[in-house]
Amino acid sequence: MATYYWEPLAGFEVLRREMDRLFEQFEPAGPGYRRAAFLPGVSARTYPLINLSEDADNVLVEALAPGLDPDSIEVTVIRDQLRIAGEKAAINPDIKPEAYHRSERGAGRFTRVIPLPAEVDGDKVTAEYKNGLLLLTLPKRAEAKPKQIEVKVS
Amino acid sequence: MKESTVPANVEKNVPDTREETRTLTPPVDIFETEKGLVVVADLPGVDKEDIDVNVEKNVLTLKARPKQRLTDGLARQEYALLPFFRQFQLSETVDQSGISAEMKYGVLTIHLPKVKEQQPRKIDVAVTQ
Repeated sequence: MATYYWEPLAGFEVLRREMDRLFEQFEPAGPGYRRAAFLPGVSARTYPLINLSEDADNVLVEALAPGLDPDSIEVTVIRDQLRIAGEKAAINPDIKPEAYHRSERGAGRFTRVIPLPAEVDGDKVTAEYKNGLLLLTLPKRAEAKPKQIEVKVS
Repeated sequence: MKESTVPANVEKNVPDTREETRTLTPPVDIFETEKGLVVVADLPGVDKEDIDVNVEKNVLTLKARPKQRLTDGLARQEYALLPFFRQFQLSETVDQSGISAEMKYGVLTIHLPKVKEQQPRKIDVAVTQ
């Protein structure tokens, strides 16, 4: 018969192992490649933030992206993948760094791929950029629309 | 002993804290140019009419009410817009009558000019031989 002793600190060790296991899935190429790149690249940032809603015909996406150059915004759709890319321009590159009292807004290129809940018709997508919010209306493809099934009561 | 139910003497001109209890702090850039200070604030979803920039007792107050197009029944929500609010203490060197602001693509730019005496003056040096 095995004898168990109560070890209060053993619980921490179990917890640490569980946490390590949890984070393993975010290291796609294994621990050897973990520090291959210091900066993860533009698409790793979650920018812009989005809100997404859906009705029977459309998927609506609103992205929080103030201060973009409207010409730089690129929206592409492949089946049920939406990609938003663009550039938030620096205010004025001539301003010297020492002239800044505060710098919180940030600037630079971004790209984000958003999985959509249904396949959409890429030809009919409309995009509107107003007051720093990008509103996309993505009509669903006919095959992706839900079909109402009538329930017969007998 | 004083009666405790008497309301305490509240200082005047203190903003009513019951108004807009939840606000967002917009990110800002502030930089200095020869003419003065420039404050740039990200205010997404705000119409020009819904911005309130005001200077009182050397305090610059920035208030704005954003409008969100998608609000109800969101399948995925990563942000929620609330009224924006931020205050900055101004120095005496700001010419408070000459403050101007403009709004473009959800970004508000406020120009705070320096008073004339503080602006650098170019002095021509006459050379006599």
